[in-house]
Amino acid sequence: MQVELRGITKRFGEIVANDSIDLTIREGEVLGLLGENGAGKSTLMNVLCGLYSPDAGEILINGEPTVFRGPADAIQAGIGMVHQHFMLVPVFSVTENVVLGVEPTGLLDHLDLEKGRREVREINEAYGLHVDPDGLIETLPVGVQQRVEIIKVLFRSADVLILDEPTAVLTPQEVEEFFQIIDYLRDAGKALVFITHKLNEILEISDRISVLRRGKIVGEGDPAELTRPKLAEMMVGRPVTFDVAKAPVDPGPVLLDVQDLTVLRDNDEIAVDQVSLNVRSGEIVGIAGVQGNGQSALIETLTGLRRAAHGTVRFDGHDITRVSVRKRHTMGIAHIPEDRQRAGLIGKFSVAENMVLNNYYSSRFSSGPQVNWSTVHKSTARAVQDFDVRTPSVFEPVAHLSGGNQQKLVVARELSREARLIIAGQPTRGLDVGSIEYIHERLIESREQGCGVLLISSELDEIMALADRILVMFKGHVVAEYDTAEGPVNKSSIGLAMAGAAL
Amino acid sequence: MNETQQTMSLNHLLKAQRGGRSRFEDLVVVPIFAVIVALILGALIMLATNVEPARIAQSYVALLEGSVGSLNAVSETLTAAAPLVLAGLGLALGFRAGLFNIGAEGQILMGGMAAVVVGFSFSSLSPMALLPLSLLAGALAGALYASIAGALRAATGAHEVITTIMLNLISYRLLDYMLRLPSVQKEGRADPISKSVPEAAELPRLLSAIDPNLRVHAGVFLVLLAVVVVYWILFRSKIGFEFRASGENAEAARFAGIRSGIVIVAAMATAGALAGLAGANQVLGVLGRATPGFSAGIGFDAIAVALLGRSHPVGVLLAGLLFGALEAGGRQMQVDAGVSIDLIGIIQALIIVFIAAPLLVRAIFPWGFRKTTGREG
Ligand SMILES: Nc1ncnc2c1ncn2[C@@H]1O[C@H](COP(=O)(O)OP(=O)(O)OP(=O)(O)O)[C@@H](O)[C@H]1O
Ligand SMILES: [Mg+2]
Repeated sequence: MQVELRGITKRFGEIVANDSIDLTIREGEVLGLLGENGAGKSTLMNVLCGLYSPDAGEILINGEPTVFRGPADAIQAGIGMVHQHFMLVPVFSVTENVVLGVEPTGLLDHLDLEKGRREVREINEAYGLHVDPDGLIETLPVGVQQRVEIIKVLFRSADVLILDEPTAVLTPQEVEEFFQIIDYLRDAGKALVFITHKLNEILEISDRISVLRRGKIVGEGDPAELTRPKLAEMMVGRPVTFDVAKAPVDPGPVLLDVQDLTVLRDNDEIAVDQVSLNVRSGEIVGIAGVQGNGQSALIETLTGLRRAAHGTVRFDGHDITRVSVRKRHTMGIAHIPEDRQRAGLIGKFSVAENMVLNNYYSSRFSSGPQVNWSTVHKSTARAVQDFDVRTPSVFEPVAHLSGGNQQKLVVARELSREARLIIAGQPTRGLDVGSIEYIHERLIESREQGCGVLLISSELDEIMALADRILVMFKGHVVAEYDTAEGPVNKSSIGLAMAGAAL
Repeated sequence: MNETQQTMSLNHLLKAQRGGRSRFEDLVVVPIFAVIVALILGALIMLATNVEPARIAQSYVALLEGSVGSLNAVSETLTAAAPLVLAGLGLALGFRAGLFNIGAEGQILMGGMAAVVVGFSFSSLSPMALLPLSLLAGALAGALYASIAGALRAATGAHEVITTIMLNLISYRLLDYMLRLPSVQKEGRADPISKSVPEAAELPRLLSAIDPNLRVHAGVFLVLLAVVVVYWILFRSKIGFEFRASGENAEAARFAGIRSGIVIVAAMATAGALAGLAGANQVLGVLGRATPGFSAGIGFDAIAVALLGRSHPVGVLLAGLLFGALEAGGRQMQVDAGVSIDLIGIIQALIIVFIAAPLLVRAIFPWGFRKTTGREG
């Protein structure tokens, strides 16, 4: 099966998200789609899977012009998409989720789950997916949930699979497994489109690469002949430095001091187990670790969102263990939440409203009981420019922004406030290389101005590039600590510690 | 980027986009079509129940005449609309904060009762003092009564739908009980009915100079003021920002340091104050005293008004006027064409059904809308 996009144009108001794009997708091939945040990748793929109807251009399937009136038509034609944000029912089992909408039925419309289960097993075996058909979604790790999404698409017998930033939420281990699955699918003759911002991934897995910039295809190439710097330049339009320049800074006094902190999860399991750590002013402390080893609970406790079961948290000499979220903000703690969709932004609110989501009450933006919206709008416009958030105006609902631009907005908000401690959870998730470079520079700038930064990231490279000290968390404990001032840190030794070898 | 370019694009960012077409469709086009479909279905129902076409036409003419056809009709429409808008504004504010408050009915009763009691207890005060005091008492009583549900939700997580329904039931009986108290009951009456409020506590009629039967009263100014105030609260004030943030995404609001407990209680109290005002508006402007069940279902119709108005203060005002018109016109319809007032109830309900199902309206009138280009999430 071959799918051809011809002259696809898609506009949103004044914005031309896709500008007469030509693209061919062939069976047995992985097409890597690369492009800056807001370049139009997701839009193009939404056109392909029938969610948007293009303003111009046509889709040819095996040479036949085809019009999709909705996603159902696209599925019918064999095109399925795994969206960046999963669409699974958390309290349903894997099989229930997979069959949802196309339930196999027996006599008298009786739901034949057994049949569904059988098919899930068959798909499992055919593509090496290893998913328990009876597992409950909410208990499954992200990587497995993603495979459920893939099974969903395959269950609807798709021949073309579109994967929008599938690896953004995966651990390196999960990425390996994911690539194996892609290999299986390719060998089985499926056509795949793979979107990512990680250049090494796209070079590793794709057969062909297309680069989008500002709605247009600006380059195509063979991964064998391309390199990371070349790709980055095609994407952003200028050379990108991958190494951040970091001047040595003498750390100042201790800003954040955590002693014997124990934190429980909602189900009373221990998430953080007697952790002690500190962050000094002018220092970036990185916390490495496979997701789910207590980092999230740690951040939530440091920012006042979760109660400490035991231990103390001190900020700038004050005991803040029981201090409210709001008070911590005003004391000078900024927080970039890991999950921007759920916790960092309100989709229906405008860019400006989101920009002041947690400081609308400050004297900068309000007087008495009233918010000064004109001040907010002006200051938002400036921040949007500084951080290169691509939006038509500050009044645009945030849900209309591309994934990466939403992330940039959150980072812009937190880095624009007067903070002395920045707690950054996955600050560059979903960002293009150019934006990552910029955010890294800003974090380093904050550090040079005497800020303390606590960086939690599943990107080991990011932590190695930025952190002055690296702590490794495993099963709720800090199991290893490295000081980059004492010489280069060995990546594989961190990797081992992350896997629990240091215990 | 040079200096001028920089400021140019800054201005560009500060310019609202003209792309608000889909919002317009949602707020204006859908309701208009919904009303049309509901009227057509109403006619079909009449047809099905053997009403001759001529009388159907006659009844819709009466509907129009009775609502806007004369000065008296407009006066009746405004009188009926006032409490609907007041209570509807409160409910809309609650919806924005993510609270589904069913309790306007009870809050109206408590507010009305308090206004009456204050009215006849301080009858010696001048109108300049007594009327505001009575209104204030109404607002306060409504606010307190609604806060009970708010506090229960904040402290124990008890859902406000359940608690406000229960509080409604309590309020009916509480009213009956209070109306028989010797200090409240009208002298010489055995049935539950309160003393009348003195003229000083009444909302003055506006057009009695033209015709003493024109009932429209100063409550309409209260309504306009309330629309402005609620607009300000929701879209200009800090607390309103908190309401809306909590309503749209509770988790993000929590991360932003907004305390849900405070928001819930404050939003319920504000909603209750508006419903209480609606009650005061009825007893001080229309009835002159409290009787059992004087709320007459306004608290429930107000839910429809808030939904129809898309929880926007201006929308609520327009929806309230529409419902007021339907009520005033419905009475005329009954008189002129002998069609049951229940039909008006059916038409109102149908309007709500179609408003609540914009996709259905879009499907019936595809030419009225642009093609949809939604984005997931
Ligand atoms: N529903 C929408 N309404 C208005 N504008 C939109 C809508 N969807 C996308 N856009 C705009 O179209 C452009 C392309 O967005 P798209 O989501 O396709 O980017 P992307 O390449 O996927 O970026 P990212 O890497 O950040 O996910 C952006 O400028 C975005 O603001
Ligand atoms: Mg995208």
